[in-house]
Amino acid sequence: MPGKRVLQMAGLITGVITVQLLTRFTGTGYFLTQLTMSAYYSLVIIGLCLLIGYAGQISLGHAGFFAMGGYISALLTTYNLLPYKDNAIIAVLMKTGILVVRTNLYGSEILYFQPWVACIIAVSMTVLVAYLIGGPILKLKGHYLAMATLGLGIIVYRIVLGSAFFGEADGLSEVPAFTLLPGLKVSGNLSVRISNYYIAWGLVIIAFITLLNLVDSRVGRALRSIHGAEDASSAVGVNTAKYKLNTFVLSAAFASIAGVFLTHYNGGIGPSEASVMKSVRYVAIVAVGGMANLWGALIMGVLLNFLSLRGYFGSFDDAVFGGILIVIMLFAPEGLIRVDIFRYLKRAVSGEKAGEQNDGSS
Amino acid sequence: MIIELFFQYLVAGITYGIIYSTVAIGFNIIYNATGIINFAQGEFVMIGGMTAVTLNAFLPLPLAIIIAVIITMVVGALIDIIFIRWIVNPSVLRMIIITIGLSIVIREIALHVWGDGVRALPYFTGNEITSLSIAGVHISPQVLWVIGVCSVVVIALNFFFSFTLVGRQMRACASNRNAARLCGINAKNIVTLSFVLSAGIGALAGCVISPITYVQYDSGTGLAIKGFTVAILGGLGNSMAAVAAGIILGILESFSIWVLPAAYKDAIAISILLIILFYRPSGLFGSREVFRLKEF
Amino acid sequence: MKRLKLFVVSLFILTMAVSPVFAADTIKIGAILAVTGPASFLGSPEAKTLRMLTDEVNAGGGINGEKIELIIKDSGANPEKAISFAKQLIEEDKVFAIIGPSTSGETMKIKNIAQEGKTILLSCAAAEVIVNPVAKYVFKTPQKDSFAVKKIFMQMNKMGIKRIGVVTGNTGFGKAGKAQLAKIAPDYGIKILVSEVYDKKATDLTAVVTKLKSKDIQAVVNWSIVPAQSIVAKNMKQIGLNVPLFQSHGFGNIKYVKAAGAAAEGIIFPAGRLLVSDALPKSNRQRAVLLKYKKDYESKYHEAVSTFGGHAYDAFNILVKAIREVGPDREKVRDAIENMKDFVGTGGIFNFSPTDHNGLGMDSFDMLTVRNGRFVLLNK
Repeated sequence: MPGKRVLQMAGLITGVITVQLLTRFTGTGYFLTQLTMSAYYSLVIIGLCLLIGYAGQISLGHAGFFAMGGYISALLTTYNLLPYKDNAIIAVLMKTGILVVRTNLYGSEILYFQPWVACIIAVSMTVLVAYLIGGPILKLKGHYLAMATLGLGIIVYRIVLGSAFFGEADGLSEVPAFTLLPGLKVSGNLSVRISNYYIAWGLVIIAFITLLNLVDSRVGRALRSIHGAEDASSAVGVNTAKYKLNTFVLSAAFASIAGVFLTHYNGGIGPSEASVMKSVRYVAIVAVGGMANLWGALIMGVLLNFLSLRGYFGSFDDAVFGGILIVIMLFAPEGLIRVDIFRYLKRAVSGEKAGEQNDGSS
Repeated sequence: MIIELFFQYLVAGITYGIIYSTVAIGFNIIYNATGIINFAQGEFVMIGGMTAVTLNAFLPLPLAIIIAVIITMVVGALIDIIFIRWIVNPSVLRMIIITIGLSIVIREIALHVWGDGVRALPYFTGNEITSLSIAGVHISPQVLWVIGVCSVVVIALNFFFSFTLVGRQMRACASNRNAARLCGINAKNIVTLSFVLSAGIGALAGCVISPITYVQYDSGTGLAIKGFTVAILGGLGNSMAAVAAGIILGILESFSIWVLPAAYKDAIAISILLIILFYRPSGLFGSREVFRLKEF
Repeated sequence: MKRLKLFVVSLFILTMAVSPVFAADTIKIGAILAVTGPASFLGSPEAKTLRMLTDEVNAGGGINGEKIELIIKDSGANPEKAISFAKQLIEEDKVFAIIGPSTSGETMKIKNIAQEGKTILLSCAAAEVIVNPVAKYVFKTPQKDSFAVKKIFMQMNKMGIKRIGVVTGNTGFGKAGKAQLAKIAPDYGIKILVSEVYDKKATDLTAVVTKLKSKDIQAVVNWSIVPAQSIVAKNMKQIGLNVPLFQSHGFGNIKYVKAAGAAAEGIIFPAGRLLVSDALPKSNRQRAVLLKYKKDYESKYHEAVSTFGGHAYDAFNILVKAIREVGPDREKVRDAIENMKDFVGTGGIFNFSPTDHNGLGMDSFDMLTVRNGRFVLLNK
């Protein structure tokens, strides 16, 4: 098994590098912008895939976690603390390098949180909220769980839309670059487009390896048993509540990290990132990818977000998503990627009957 | 003055609540017959309102409403026949996703049919500025219309589910579909009927509330979220409880505005819902015992 | 197997990469507009207006012989899409200039992108932060909110109103208006006793207006661009809050008057002259432009013209005028716009300068009111 895993990862990494090289040689480097953005959304989606597909717990509020990461990080890096610089606490923070000064495009000075600090605060706050709220929420099932997670997303949306310091309907703009290491920064600037592509995909690959290993481990088996029959798995000694909660928190953390990075990459965030429609989209893509199928979630996440961000769907963006959702759920509830086209083709070529291959309907 | 204010907020809360309730009732009918929540319920409300406004251009109001309700019922039937009827043993997750997909697609179709403008039926009695005044508390006659229609629907539904054969068959299907089938009930037709019924009620709701709320191609989603909240709050499947829960929620929202910024109204409403779900997952009026036995 | 799939997927992505090659003699103008979604009442007329104008210019032989190629991107009012589209238009389509976005939130996200990409951005959104601080390449055509606020307060002073309540919609437009109202009110000796925000999808606002009624106010200002603003008007009348209602220039769409019905009578609001173009005296310099736009738009699309489409109309014509004057050179065109004086548009007479990238003055607004379901000049 590990051999196969290494091969798969090598394939994924090769694919990522190949795409970059191809865009370079065809002079289409601008595709990397949307591929980078899609990578961050895919990070949310693979985390959600673990929660929905493997643990069997629906979440219609994951855009809320994404927005929490993005908004908290954006707030800490854009709120100008310069007027308070005589305050003792602020002065100490400045000395320790937690607060730093930058000059914006228009020449004004801004005293703000070092992005690393902001990122850590944002992600830990999201994890804390997910941990606190996850306990009671995950006791619910079915429609009640759907409603509760939907509600969680709505609360986040209403707070960012209603609070002056989150910029209300305008959101937050002029978020600075996030310097990961000297010379390596998360920023939408044209000059660092290629390195940002690799930052995003590096993050996705790390997350993906973590999830693949998790799914194949004892934890993964426990999650699948919860999905299959929660009472039964509880009866044989699986601590179902703990496993569900940890999965929930992990997927929230992924969403939050994606939010932080994409916000720095975009240079801003708006309330639409927290909207119900966004959460629904994430669930939709997990469904299209085949629910308990991390590869499907990753590929569909990149593909659909890429097409949408490029504007290929024009004014029919939502309609296309809705349409895909219905068609996949009706005719291939196991997802597109699982209908194994290649095996089907191979059999067709070698003349075998492929009738039993239709595992799409149930 | 303070008493007057109190009652004015109360009236506002009842107005909100009754609007949410009329939407929630539709959720409950389909849930009762199938055990699924139809996330496209808000779209029935929208189609009903939009069609009635379109028809009202050349038909008298009552006739326009009746035809709009019938058209929406046909849409409801088609949705069930095309998308739901032939699925064997659907999981809750799959049905949630299909109905969300339907809601998005219907909304987009409506956008291309009707455009993005707001429309409204005329006030059934009086006009935009008419209000009845009782001891300094004002209420629009349309609110009374909504309350009236909502009450009639709830009473009729209770009668239907308790005393008619079809109604009892629907309840039988909901509690155990296989057993119902063994008794000779055609479960599939019952499901179709529930879609027709809830589409009709949704459309009627859309017509009576449209003078107050207006109707637009995307007004279904917001109403559906509120309706769903209320249905869950009351305990799924119980129309009477939905109305009570709706009015409670509406009043809470209204009074929250008295003391807090209106911008957080929805956040407050949802927070209350979450707290109730945590302590009483069966909803305010749902039975805990039944809740524990339900399969999802 | 997986690698094969990945390969196929990457191939799929790349086959779409083959962009069509465009004919040489065109000027590409990009537009990022919220054609659908929650701000479609802005983006939709803007997109229609731009299409109409492009056809008109191209039918007339283009700009100095070069045809215009218009690329409209529908952002659905999502900032992240606006960002993606802005980068696409600038880096890949290498457009000459971008018109839009429709909302302030989106514009603020791409302000720096346009600035760094040295691409002219003509925003159709209202907020003053778009042009303050001034970014070299960023302009906007809608009138400044502060002028509308001042017009309203001047009218209030005339009517002897001192204490007001404010309600705003929770969009970028409402937010900007709320800030300006609070900032400017003391200059006119006016006190804001209560300020509330309502949801853009609100269904009923009785509770909000009840809160207004509980305060000792002499007038209400409703600053919003969404249909729910008509609900405020209705609910005020229904609960018997009979004080004058002032609206923002966001009320400038006859659909909102129809929606509010009898409750719209007597609403006072500042607006550009497009809404009352036929009532203007012959001597008015804007009259010809306004009547032409109204006639062209209404005969082509069979719907009432709105001031929002007018913002795109002005942006497009300013750009075309500058290109006609100095040729398709981005730097020269930018300078030409910055120094453009006395341009007659639908929003008013534009006089740009290096410190003013909006170019409109207070005279771009007139106070209007609603009488018998129609917009009329207030003092007539």
